[in-house]
Amino acid sequence: MLWLMIKRRLKRLPKLWRSQTLRRGIISIIGFFVIWELCARFKVPVLGAVPSPTEVALCLADQINEAYYWHSWGSSMVRILTGFVIAQILGVPLGLLLGFSRKAREIIFPLIELMRPVPPLAWVPVSVIFWPSAEMSMIFVTFLGAFFTVVLNIVEGIAAIDERYIRAASSLGASKSDIFWHVMLPASLPSVLVGMTVGMGITWCVVVAAEMIATNTGLGYLTWRGYVAGEFPMIVVGMLSIGLAGYISSGLIRRIGLMFTPWLESR
Amino acid sequence: MTDNPSGIIPAVESLPLAEAATAEPQAAAHRPRGPLAKWLTSPAPWLNVSGILGFLLLWHLLTTVLRLPLFDKLPGPLETVGEWFSRNPTYGISVFTVEYYQHIGLSCLRVFLAFLLATALGVPLGLLMGWKKTFCDYTFPVLELLRPIPMLAWVPLAILMWPGRETSIVFLTFLGSFFATLLNSWLGVKSIDRSYFRAAASLGASESLLFRKIVWPGAMPFVFTGLQISMGYAWFSLVAGEMLAGEFGLGYLIWDSYILVQYPVIIIAMFTLGVVGSLSSLIIRLVGNLLIKWKVKEA
Amino acid sequence: MGLGAISVRGATKVYNPDEAAILALDNCSMEIGAGEFSVVVGPSGCGKTTLLNAIAGFHDLTGGEILLDGAELSSPGRPAKPGADRIVVFQNGALFPWMTILENVTFGPLAQGRLGPREAGAEALAMLETMGLSGIASDYPGSVSSGMRRRAEIARAMMNRPKVLLLDEPFRAMDALTKTVAHQFLLEVYDRTKPTVFFITHDLDEAIFLATKVYIMTTRPAAIKKVLEVDLPRPRSYKLLASAQYQALRQECQETVRAEALKAFTAGEREM
Repeated sequence: MLWLMIKRRLKRLPKLWRSQTLRRGIISIIGFFVIWELCARFKVPVLGAVPSPTEVALCLADQINEAYYWHSWGSSMVRILTGFVIAQILGVPLGLLLGFSRKAREIIFPLIELMRPVPPLAWVPVSVIFWPSAEMSMIFVTFLGAFFTVVLNIVEGIAAIDERYIRAASSLGASKSDIFWHVMLPASLPSVLVGMTVGMGITWCVVVAAEMIATNTGLGYLTWRGYVAGEFPMIVVGMLSIGLAGYISSGLIRRIGLMFTPWLESR
Repeated sequence: MTDNPSGIIPAVESLPLAEAATAEPQAAAHRPRGPLAKWLTSPAPWLNVSGILGFLLLWHLLTTVLRLPLFDKLPGPLETVGEWFSRNPTYGISVFTVEYYQHIGLSCLRVFLAFLLATALGVPLGLLMGWKKTFCDYTFPVLELLRPIPMLAWVPLAILMWPGRETSIVFLTFLGSFFATLLNSWLGVKSIDRSYFRAAASLGASESLLFRKIVWPGAMPFVFTGLQISMGYAWFSLVAGEMLAGEFGLGYLIWDSYILVQYPVIIIAMFTLGVVGSLSSLIIRLVGNLLIKWKVKEA
Repeated sequence: MGLGAISVRGATKVYNPDEAAILALDNCSMEIGAGEFSVVVGPSGCGKTTLLNAIAGFHDLTGGEILLDGAELSSPGRPAKPGADRIVVFQNGALFPWMTILENVTFGPLAQGRLGPREAGAEALAMLETMGLSGIASDYPGSVSSGMRRRAEIARAMMNRPKVLLLDEPFRAMDALTKTVAHQFLLEVYDRTKPTVFFITHDLDEAIFLATKVYIMTTRPAAIKKVLEVDLPRPRSYKLLASAQYQALRQECQETVRAEALKAFTAGEREM
């Protein structure tokens, strides 16, 4: 799927090349790397502490052949996937319930509003105390990161459904359950997907920090280890890998989302 | 079933199918009451309270009464609240101790500094990106390159780059809020109808007037949404920064209490974080509403 | 299909947002005969839509009653149930964007359980065929033109063989050329099955061209100010617009509406 995405982008390249925006973009990216390299070479204060692009590239070339590097990818991905999927399994029905039933909303919403402002990472110690294994606590914190975003997006999505659609359906003789399945559910689907995309971003952020704080596997730990062990280029390699991993997962969600909402593509 | 204004979601309730509409007009017409009184006599506040009470009761039952496996290690609500409001706290942190407010104060100061920096840099840059295409062409690709990296992945690099932990934490917090502010300010300008620019230009407006009268007010609603989001992110990254590198502050307090097995303090610090976090976004919302009166009127 | 005569007797509606009572309809009465093409004209925000919503069953009345073929439809505290005998075509269109045109058109009969999926599909295709829409049956509403969407919505309504077709400024957002085509289309649909039509607009040409009777409403609180019989022959074509009879009707209509519009304008009513 990823390959298809890249291929489609490549096909559009020749046309894009002629555009001023693209030329400027390339200049800007090259400029960015050159300035970065120069900063590292001439030990500019603050920015000079960042390992230079050449060092990072060499380190990355090294790492690609290391089993440990790919193992880090794997363990982060597994955590993300598990936490994220559980968040959907619990969050989507809860969001729907809260969206449709005012009573449920009045009982549960204040509780969510109470918990939500607590940053997910503040949960790390409690989670570590509570869960018997480090892996479970990691997944729990990941789950929390995505859970609230998903629930709130669904509730908002349902609130924003245009009443015309409900009226039109009831005018056409639809029953309450028809309206739920054929109107409200599809109408709230786009915001469910937005919630998932945003949730995925938060999930990566949480996993990375949690891995730095409380385990010794995963891309977050890889980055942290680079710092602790004094292999500074590893830090940047870790960051780039995390960025790429996050980018791929958001892209996948968007793809999957489009399969479920074919009507949005025709816009 | 009832007519209370507290519901956030009118669309569902005004379903024409239900008997929802039947009782409403007469009841309202006969006894004119203020919205607050009306809300208080509706079941809404009782349901709200019952949800939270139910949660506290469940928490108490699981941790203190039944002491189920897993839960038995967590502090219960009574223990936590007792510690929180104790004049003589076992672990040295309660509303009566100076340390508690020092932690809060330092965290707030860091967030405030970082937020101020992020706003001072993010808003102008974002507005400029939205307004001037050339500027956007040169800056956007770099932004897109850096943006997928979660702000918390910056922790080690931030520590490496800055001398002293304090600057590293503020830098991290700054990063967290910077991107949200920048992006929303940019979107804010993008959301302005192009015809306003043309209208102003045909009325003979200069560049600076265009900026003050069109770009700035037009982007305001988005800018303030961005600031609210960025405030959330600021607290988010602050906690991580303090946990990994702090020597004071609420995030550090949580981590330190974990290491020292002072579990009730963890819960106290978590709740405090939640309260302080919501208060700060509330302040931004209020300021935003004051500044963008035209938007409220139109809606 | 049945009759579809609507009697509105002394309809009154008070809105009560935040304790500030707003009188939207004041003792409004009208008799719409079965199979009549009635067009309601009035200044913006005068309460036309309130009346339509009461007939459709989206909200109830504060006073008065509405009858359909002599049977009570709506009275205070007893809102009409929305049903497939009175179908609404909305101002901004309400085709479900997540269903194809065909799925939209079959939604009514399937929801009512009146037809099986296969029969509904066949009937819908036939309906789309007669309306010149078969080419877009499997497209999503978002990918077809607004004129097509409006036609498809009328097709979706007609699939239910409604007694009454309620249209709330359906052609408001269209340009003049598309509008003329849409009028012709709507008249063809009307001439084929003769449902009772309740059509809201503030375009006078549209009103007279389409209507059997034009009901002119006052500014809020809305009541009927004048009823204009339009005895132009059917089927109608655009050649009518040049006729002296049409011009006279147009003139009469214009004068009545203008007086009300001025009142509304000076009162500073907001567009609804």
